[in-house]
Amino acid sequence: MSSGQRSRERVIEAGTALAFLVSMLASIGFAVAYWRGGQTQWEGVTAALAFGGLGLGLGLWGVELLPSDPSGKEAVQERHPLASSPDDRAAFTADFVTGEQELARRTVLGGMAAAAVAAMAGAALFPLRSLGSRPWRALRTTPWQAGMRLITAEGRAVRPADLEVGQVLTVFPDLPGRPPGAAAGDTQTLLIRLDPTQFKPSPERAGWAPDGAIAYSKVCTHAGCPVGLYDAVRHQLVCPCHQSLFNVLDEARPVFGPATRPLPQLPLTVDGEGYLVAQGDYPEPIGPGFWAREGG
Amino acid sequence: MLIRRLVRGIDDRVGAARFTRSALGKVFPDHFSFMFGEVALYSFFALVGTGIYLSLFFEPSQREVMYQGSYQPMSNVPMTAAYSSALRISFDVRAGLLVRQAHHWAALVFLAAIVAHLMRLFFTGAFRRPRDLNWTVGLTLFLLALANGFAGYSLLDDLLSGTGLRVGSAIALSIPVVGPWVVSLAFGGEFPTDEIIGRLFVVHVLIVPLAIGALLAVHLGLVWHQKHTQFPGPGRTEHNVVGSRLWPRYAVKSVSLMFGTFAVLFALGGLVQINPIWLYGPYDPAKVTTSAQPDWYMGWLEGGLRLFPPWEVRFGWFEIPAVFFPGVALPTLTFAVLYLWPFLERRVTGDRADHNLLCPPRSSPTRTAIGAGALTFYGVLFLAGGQDVFAVRFGLSVDQLLVMFRAAVLIAPPLVGWVTYRVCRRSYTSPEGAPPEGAASPGGAPPEEGAGDRVPSHRVTTTSAPRPTATATSPSDTGPM
Repeated sequence: MSSGQRSRERVIEAGTALAFLVSMLASIGFAVAYWRGGQTQWEGVTAALAFGGLGLGLGLWGVELLPSDPSGKEAVQERHPLASSPDDRAAFTADFVTGEQELARRTVLGGMAAAAVAAMAGAALFPLRSLGSRPWRALRTTPWQAGMRLITAEGRAVRPADLEVGQVLTVFPDLPGRPPGAAAGDTQTLLIRLDPTQFKPSPERAGWAPDGAIAYSKVCTHAGCPVGLYDAVRHQLVCPCHQSLFNVLDEARPVFGPATRPLPQLPLTVDGEGYLVAQGDYPEPIGPGFWAREGG
Repeated sequence: MLIRRLVRGIDDRVGAARFTRSALGKVFPDHFSFMFGEVALYSFFALVGTGIYLSLFFEPSQREVMYQGSYQPMSNVPMTAAYSSALRISFDVRAGLLVRQAHHWAALVFLAAIVAHLMRLFFTGAFRRPRDLNWTVGLTLFLLALANGFAGYSLLDDLLSGTGLRVGSAIALSIPVVGPWVVSLAFGGEFPTDEIIGRLFVVHVLIVPLAIGALLAVHLGLVWHQKHTQFPGPGRTEHNVVGSRLWPRYAVKSVSLMFGTFAVLFALGGLVQINPIWLYGPYDPAKVTTSAQPDWYMGWLEGGLRLFPPWEVRFGWFEIPAVFFPGVALPTLTFAVLYLWPFLERRVTGDRADHNLLCPPRSSPTRTAIGAGALTFYGVLFLAGGQDVFAVRFGLSVDQLLVMFRAAVLIAPPLVGWVTYRVCRRSYTSPEGAPPEGAASPGGAPPEEGAGDRVPSHRVTTTSAPRPTATATSPSDTGPM
């Protein structure tokens, strides 16, 4: 070995030792950082140095000082054929078939055993049913009912005049015995005050928006995110998840983005005290679609 | 001396010395790209270690509590125990935030390493026989890793994670016929339910990690048994492995890589904030944040949901909602093609031989072009997942960006594929002067080693190689004398 090579190895040895020393000190530093009350950045730096020192030291040692092979050259190994010898294969097949024939002599037993296992697998599916309930009713209806007041998240009932034209408010049904915002996943509704001269409801929706107070489901018909943004200038609702736009003046039909269906409209009226109430549940299922949404 | 006694003690009882001796001398080829899989493995180790620690403090429950911890802005805010305990880990458990952030970073690195590993295997043809089997094991690991990443960040029950679950349930709901039942059985009813966090916890810390552990054993066992592929080069043939022996060089290098991976993960965990759940607030189904992006490995699905046009399929009252196509069909198709790729390629090329030598990507222009086109497709989808962020950053309207991305996702992949194909054809000359994509010997054995191809393999060759002695070789002894 040349002296140049030897001195190079000396340097690498020293570097490796230094890396291990840094790791050791960093581990102690981590313990100190923790003991002194813990500080995420210090913990992170010391932990990284502890791991990194060990990694660097071992890396130098492995790459620079350890041989690939005791011969000093690159190690070479032959690959064995992966397949077994034809004799072994034939012997295996023969042994297996012998056993199989033994079993096949009693076909009735075999059939019965298979049937028993199949029945067991079928029976095992039943307890899975406990994981959920029949989905249809929950998907097709919400807790909104006729005469239920629209309340804010704070529980305040709303009159049409409480909103200025262009203002939007998230409302929920005033469910008896439940806090405001209960069942919000289904019931969240956007109440928007529009200028009644700006939009012309279709005949079947006439009288659903007293004094221009119009209500749409807040659950996006695309992937179910809350349609949380309102552009009062363009009269568009924006879903922040996938950027669908719904035109509030045109029954919340989608005008841009991936949504295919309008946001369902909640029919409103006012009660004796002038507060907004629902005329009933949404006339169609709210939220993202499913295969039998329009079916019975 | 201790080693000698230990070896004798164990070998008397199980007789393992013969196998383990050949294991010590096992040869592994070296290339930087072979480390991606190792980084994934070591990220998984980090995930298990940090995850166990976190699970000792996390409370997977949707019971409502009033926050009483030290993060003042949330004082007395009603929230679930899950979110509250995640805040506790972040602010009141010493080293908790470090471990939580290192865990999250480890998940991102885990998936990045898996994807890099997958790309390496694809572009070099490492999935060909006999490794087509292990390719399918690896893809299943990829799927499990994706699922567990999603389950993991959904556990914390903050506003962002709840929104992710909401979208996830809408995607599951869109599956024809079974969708509503799938959602009901998975979530315990219509979204949102009080049971999902507890269920996800079991999935995240028990079921999927067990499956990953078991499949990792199969994956590594097959790599061990079938031996690693290698790039063509002097002295390298289809019938040998050239590299370094497991003991001690390769083992030390690999352990070094493990600690290096941990170092990066903990540096990120300590210094680079990730998923600051305290800024998002507890999940409220009626609220949503803008610029809501999932973890990076879900970005392609997010982008697909945004780009897919408002098309739904209807036959009478039967419908297939629009989210089905980007949310269910696209990932199903993606993985179906990945699983079947080795078999598809074999059918098209008629190449049924075993391959242990890798092909440089340029030597298989068609495969490389298809891969580059596919990567472009998923890359555009990934970018489209952040279109609202780009809109704010570059002052463009979301509408303009959507049109641009819709055009790009259709035009860019074939374009990139075609350019890739041309570049490969032009720049590659096979060692034998044969045209690229020769089925017989892709990459080509180096001419001077032609004889090596026909050397019959003998068990003797392996075991007769000189062994390192049990005592550690001192560094000064190792250079060529």
